[in-house]
Amino acid sequence: MPLVGYPTIVMGHGGGGKLGNELVENLFVPAFRNVALENLGDAAVLDVTAGKLAMSTDTFVVQPLFFPGGCIGELAVNGTVNDLAVSGAVPQYLSTGFILEEGFPLAQLAAIVESMAAAAAKAGVKIVTGDTKVVERGHGDGCYINTAGIGVLRPGITVGPQFAKPGDAILVSGTIGDHGMAIMSVREGLEFESQIRSDCAALNGLIAEVLAAVGTQVHTMRDPTRGGLASTLNEIAQSSGVGMAIDEASLPVRPEVQSACELLGLDPVYVANEGKVVFFVAPEAAEQVLEVLRAHPLGREAARIGQVTAEYPRMLVARTAMGANRVIPIQIGEQLPRIC
Amino acid sequence: MKYLTEFRNGEIAQRMAREIHQIATRPWKIMEVCGGQTHSIIKNGIDQMLPAGIEMIHGPGCPVCVTPLELIDKALAIAAQPGVIFCSFGDMLRVPGTDADLFQVKGAGGDVRVVYSPLDAVELAAKNPDKQVVFFGVGFETTAPANAMSVHVAKRRGLTNFSLLVSHVLVPPAIEAILGAPGNVVQGFLLAGHVCSVMGYWEYPPLAEKYKIPMVVTGFEPLDLLDGIRRAVVQLEAGRHEVENAYGRIVTFEGNKPAQKLLAEVFEVTDRAWRGIGVIPKSGWRLSEAYREFDAEERFHISGIHTEESPLCHSGDVLRGAIKPAECPAFGKECTPRHPLGATMVSSEGACAAYFNYGRFISAEDLAKAGSGLTVND
Repeated sequence: MPLVGYPTIVMGHGGGGKLGNELVENLFVPAFRNVALENLGDAAVLDVTAGKLAMSTDTFVVQPLFFPGGCIGELAVNGTVNDLAVSGAVPQYLSTGFILEEGFPLAQLAAIVESMAAAAAKAGVKIVTGDTKVVERGHGDGCYINTAGIGVLRPGITVGPQFAKPGDAILVSGTIGDHGMAIMSVREGLEFESQIRSDCAALNGLIAEVLAAVGTQVHTMRDPTRGGLASTLNEIAQSSGVGMAIDEASLPVRPEVQSACELLGLDPVYVANEGKVVFFVAPEAAEQVLEVLRAHPLGREAARIGQVTAEYPRMLVARTAMGANRVIPIQIGEQLPRIC
Repeated sequence: MKYLTEFRNGEIAQRMAREIHQIATRPWKIMEVCGGQTHSIIKNGIDQMLPAGIEMIHGPGCPVCVTPLELIDKALAIAAQPGVIFCSFGDMLRVPGTDADLFQVKGAGGDVRVVYSPLDAVELAAKNPDKQVVFFGVGFETTAPANAMSVHVAKRRGLTNFSLLVSHVLVPPAIEAILGAPGNVVQGFLLAGHVCSVMGYWEYPPLAEKYKIPMVVTGFEPLDLLDGIRRAVVQLEAGRHEVENAYGRIVTFEGNKPAQKLLAEVFEVTDRAWRGIGVIPKSGWRLSEAYREFDAEERFHISGIHTEESPLCHSGDVLRGAIKPAECPAFGKECTPRHPLGATMVSSEGACAAYFNYGRFISAEDLAKAGSGLTVND
């Protein structure tokens, strides 16, 4: 990569001058290559089909930037792709904004950009516009990324957090807590027999197959990222004005994730995921959705975990492994390790 | 996860619960001492599995909860000072002092860090010789050995920029305070398994004898707790009052001797104020004469702290078993985990927080109704 004599980001990379242009021409354009981007206009000009658009944005500040199973780059692409996909849209275009800290190694930036390009290609979306700013050393954490995305809504599909209905089956596309514990185990230097890897993945392909199979019988979808499965279920219970009942024994959790959670005093239901989706579907469609999910590489460990109820609106109730019941509340803040 | 999953087996738990139903002929009130046990009982719903007459009373064994407000204010004042790196276990960060919590101090520019071991704080002191590194050493006998080791290591390494803000409390004097109080209702005790893993249980037979109360060293998993409760009920029904060990895979009678030796060297017994209870004589540890130079309270002279507990808070009554959390008029209204008024709501292991978080303001029957349609088998 012919990136002018600097091994690290300098303030000039964020200015409007030559260094900034070189970054665009030698790094971003070759990696993200598409017609809309290559015009290098002030805005990307896009073809869209008739109908409704969905738009979403998300900002990524993960530390460490590189972690088992992914890096901030693919997280930034997949995160926005997933937000569009769970809204029932077909994700098409992304923008990306970088905030880089002076002194950030260009080799790391290149690796992040490569992973974004690969993630975009895999998800079938184009990165069509972008921006770079550089902040003084000590004023950033290496690299922050914002992405925004546009998707086209599928005709006839109406999903939303307000549409969960009593009787709906609650399905999750795979094991919970993988991303959060992959990050925590790196941060805390935990080592297990098998390394915990982030589940970071674009879910639009998986969701497309489910919608193709059962269409309008899917009422609500959401990717349980920050706050984990428990927060997602609580949010949808609130939005739809329904109750949720789940069976703790049915929750898919990897043994190494469970072990790490035990050590740190965390509950996997609150730990972040980056490649999972929760479906609320009409009960008669539940088995078919499970079959579709399990036939897909990202859904092999999909499970039916509970159902929507009319009782206890706006609350999440779990049947414990002991056969008793408890409420799982929304967390107040970040889940912190307990003291003993 | 060996040693965990086999102690969470739902079928065996049901069987053990049935056995307790068969044994119990009368109502009994049993106190679990440790906050970790309270958390596990409520989270797993162990209390819902017991006969109606067997009542679990949630004891004062949550160190975060019983840490006096005054000490939290001191911690905040020290953490806010320039040139200080203030280290703590994670769950102290959210505990509100009079005006703020450690998160807010951090947000305002204080260097507050979460560590998983006090020895990490010692390492920080070695790496930052121009800073004062303070570790907030809160806890029962369980966390004490690591805290003792931190000052021991700091002394050996000649680190003059490390200190410990200590508020160690001890289980046996707290049990005696509860049993000796007028109107005590507790008839049996589940002793805190992890405290006993350090201290053994040689301190308890005189208490069991003096107050004619059965005591069972108990673990934290559902089957551990059910076994502890079962053994306590068996003793109560038979009129016995012995100290039993139901946590034999971890606890011995003598406990961890090297740890006890270190504790005796680094700490000395002192009177301590317990939030929600008051001062209990000889109920805590402070740094001994030989290690006093590492006492953060000596190093940072913080004065002018005035604290006042909310008159609405009945945490003292909860800690004695006089009322259940939801019977407090402020529960879930003025007092929530987000705005705790007192001891038992401040940490997730406090009885009030556990009741609030796990929905114990709803009756078990009603909760069961919500979950009754579950037909899950995947």
